[in-house]
This record gives sequence, structure tokens and C-alpha cells, in this order.
Amino acid sequence: MDKLETRRVLMEPLVDNNPITLQILGICSALAVTTNMATSLTMSLAVVAVTACSSAAIAAIRHHIPSSIRIIVQMTIIASLVIVVDQILRAFAFEISKQLSVFVGLIITNCIVLGRAEAYAMKAAPWPSFLDGLGNGLGYGLILMSVGFVRELFGSGSLFGIQILPLLSEGGWYYPNGLLLLPPSAFFLIGLIIWAIRTWKPRQVEKPEYQIHAVHRTEVT
Amino acid sequence: MVGIMGMANDSTKKTLFVALALCLACSVVVATAAVVLKPLQISNQAYDRKLNILRAANLYQPDMDVEAVYAERVEARIVDLNTGEYVEDIDPATFDPREAERNPELSERVPPKMDIANIKSRAIYSPVFLIQDGEALETIVLPVHGYGLWSTLYGFLALEPDTRTVAGLKFYEHAETPGLGGEIDNAEWLEQWRGKVIYDDEWEPNIRVIKGTVNPDNPDAVYQVDGLAGATLTSRGVMYLMQYWVSEEGFGPYLARLRNQGDTTSG
Repeated sequence: MDKLETRRVLMEPLVDNNPITLQILGICSALAVTTNMATSLTMSLAVVAVTACSSAAIAAIRHHIPSSIRIIVQMTIIASLVIVVDQILRAFAFEISKQLSVFVGLIITNCIVLGRAEAYAMKAAPWPSFLDGLGNGLGYGLILMSVGFVRELFGSGSLFGIQILPLLSEGGWYYPNGLLLLPPSAFFLIGLIIWAIRTWKPRQVEKPEYQIHAVHRTEVT
Repeated sequence: MVGIMGMANDSTKKTLFVALALCLACSVVVATAAVVLKPLQISNQAYDRKLNILRAANLYQPDMDVEAVYAERVEARIVDLNTGEYVEDIDPATFDPREAERNPELSERVPPKMDIANIKSRAIYSPVFLIQDGEALETIVLPVHGYGLWSTLYGFLALEPDTRTVAGLKFYEHAETPGLGGEIDNAEWLEQWRGKVIYDDEWEPNIRVIKGTVNPDNPDAVYQVDGLAGATLTSRGVMYLMQYWVSEEGFGPYLARLRNQGDTTSG
């Protein structure tokens, strides 16, 4: 694996092939855990660890996985890693793990993880698979952190819990936008990010699946 | 071993072998993580419990030394729920209420008719946490739990010394849907419990979580709390567990003793 290939595998999922903004995967957790930077960062790290390690582990045994139980084997590996990550969070970051509640466990069902296992790790060696998982985890994390940044800064006036914009209720001047603390705001933000990326890189714009039929005057009865 | 690894991937033998080996390997990894990290998790939980006792009792301030304040202000005691009397020969520091609940010798089946909180069996003994202000009792914190929609909700109910006015409520463990039932953690919602009255004038449990918003002009408003939008069953679970734990089945006898004796200073 040469340097260029390493770079491609690692960098492509950040913008050019981002799992959230291009493949529209992992949206559920992106809505749920991005109310502040601390939970966004923890969730990102958890997903990076799980995708990277599960891809490497699956790639290592790819020649011995019977195709009839392929998905089950992948899920078992992913689920085990998620449990390990969950246990580690409970031991070392208890408060944050409580805030993340079910969403750490739900990494098991995050399509990004299984998607990378199927699309890449089943066909590549462990090291490139590890990098591919790492890159996709980082791509997911990048969007999570961007959304978390906007939501915490304008929703609570702080970043990582440190007050940046003094709140009106505490004698400052900033009136926080409550909508940003609710899950729907992440929908708007992710939508805006997708729009921005596709304006920057028009190649990502999908062809419309249907052409809306223009009704001609004579067709109207 | 080498023979099996060399076999065709889709043969039954190899499929079984791979499945078995994978399960073994994964269970070793998961079990190791669980065992190695257990002591840290237990101490985190103990700390979290203390934190939430202080929160329920409105003693919590950011950046406070939780352990120190807890040690100074909170006194844990064990109560026999059937008689309402203190039990001296059980050490509150080592008593595990959840283990007691599972132990048939230390627990009783809750008669289905009475089991509004849906807990099936109830430990005979329970810890209570008394917060003293000098000589006088300031707050009584009672551990409560009951079933919500998906999970058992564990929390602390703090009462004023009159044993009927809620001083605070806080849940520390549940697995309700975030954003819906999970809103039982919402500070604003918990705040409106403060000052509500759990017993009516006949000392019957009479606290209700109602649908929609409580009308403050209603004479019953002190017995009512707003339900959580989109979480009717969780709200109902909270209502039933409150009613259960202050009833005769729960802390009723203990609270009755406490107010009849006025014996709130004995430490």
C-alpha cells in the first residue's frame, strides 16, 4: 500500500465520500448526541474506535468467513467491540456515558460500521481496512463535531461547557436559541452542510430519480 | 486445526468451527473488559448515587466536593419497611438494596393488587438518607423505583420534615427513550415537583401526574404535576412509583412513625 493510497483511503471519507453527507448514513445518532461538544467528541471517538478495529478484525479473518454466516460474523465482532467501548466509557467517563445513554450501544446498528465491513474489509488486508475504518469514523466525527459546535455555541453559548457567549439570563447579552438544543435543529444543520458541500463539489449532486412530467395544455381534459 | 482452516469455507464443519471460535474469542474479550473495569464502574456508580442524593435534597452546587459534603451532611440508616423502625444491625454502607430485592430471605412478594409500581418483589429493608441541619431534620431522602415504559426507573425522592411536601426528585438510572420518556431527567420538569404534596388530609397517597398542564387555580393543584408530552406511560410510571413508595407498602409506616414521634433528631 503506497503513500498515495493510504492518503486516499484516509482522506476521502472526510469530504469527498463522507458517510453522513454523501451516503446519508448514521443520521439518527448524529441528531441525538450533538447537543454539545463533549458528547459529540466522545461519540466520534467511540465510532472511530469501533469502525477501525472492527474493519481490521474482519479483514484479518476474511478468508475464513463462511459466506452463509458472513453478516452474523461481522455483527458479532462489531457488537463485542461496542460493548468493550461502552464498558470503557462507563469506567472512565461515567457522566458522558450517561448522557450518551443508548446511543453508544446503538453504534452496533450504525450503518457506517457494517457498511465499511461489507464494502471494504471483506476484500482488503487488515492495515488498509483499519485506515478505511479510521477515515470513515473521522468523516462521521467531523460532521458530528461541526453540528455539535453550532448547536452548543448558539444553543447554550458555550463550547465544551466553557461559556463563550455570556447568556442574558446570567447578566450577559446573548439570548440562546432553544431550537438548537432540540434534535430537529441537527436535521437543518446537516441539510445545510450537505448543501454547502454539494455546491463546493457539484460532482456529489445526485441525478434526480424522476423527471417531473411537464403537463402540456392539450393533455388536460 | 490446520485441517479445518484449510477446508472449504462453506462446508458445514468449517461454518460451525468458525462460529464457535468467534463466539469464544468475542466472549473472552467482552468478559475481560467487563471484569477488569468493574471496580472502576462500581465506584463511579457509588459516587453518582451520592451526587444524586445531594441533588434530590437541593444541596448540590457545581464544583462542590461531593464526597466531603455527603460525609458531612448525609446520614444513611436502614429502615424495616414493614414496621417503619430503624434497624441497627445492618450496615448502610455495605447494604445493597437491589441484591436484597432478589434475595428471597430479604424480600417479599408484592401482592399483585398493590403492585402499582410493577416491581414484583420488594426488599424488607431499605436505606433512608437523613439530612440534618444542626439538631433538626432538614430533609428525608428516600430511594424509590418502579417500572416506566421500557425500564425500571431508579431515583431519589426528598421530602420535607412534615413528610408530605416534596423537597426534590431526581432519577439516576433508567433506559427510557431519549427526548420522550428520557425527559424525566429534565431539570425543569423535576423542578415542578418541589412543593407538591404527596398525601391528602387523610394521609392517603394522592399525588397525580396529569395529562397536559396543571391549572394553578385548581384547589387540587398541589397534588398534581404536568405529564411529559409524548411520554404518557413513563409519566404514569413515575406517578405510580411515587404513590407506591409513600403508601403502606412502601415508606408509609416509616413516615408515619417519623411524624408521630416527632423523633427527628435521634441520630
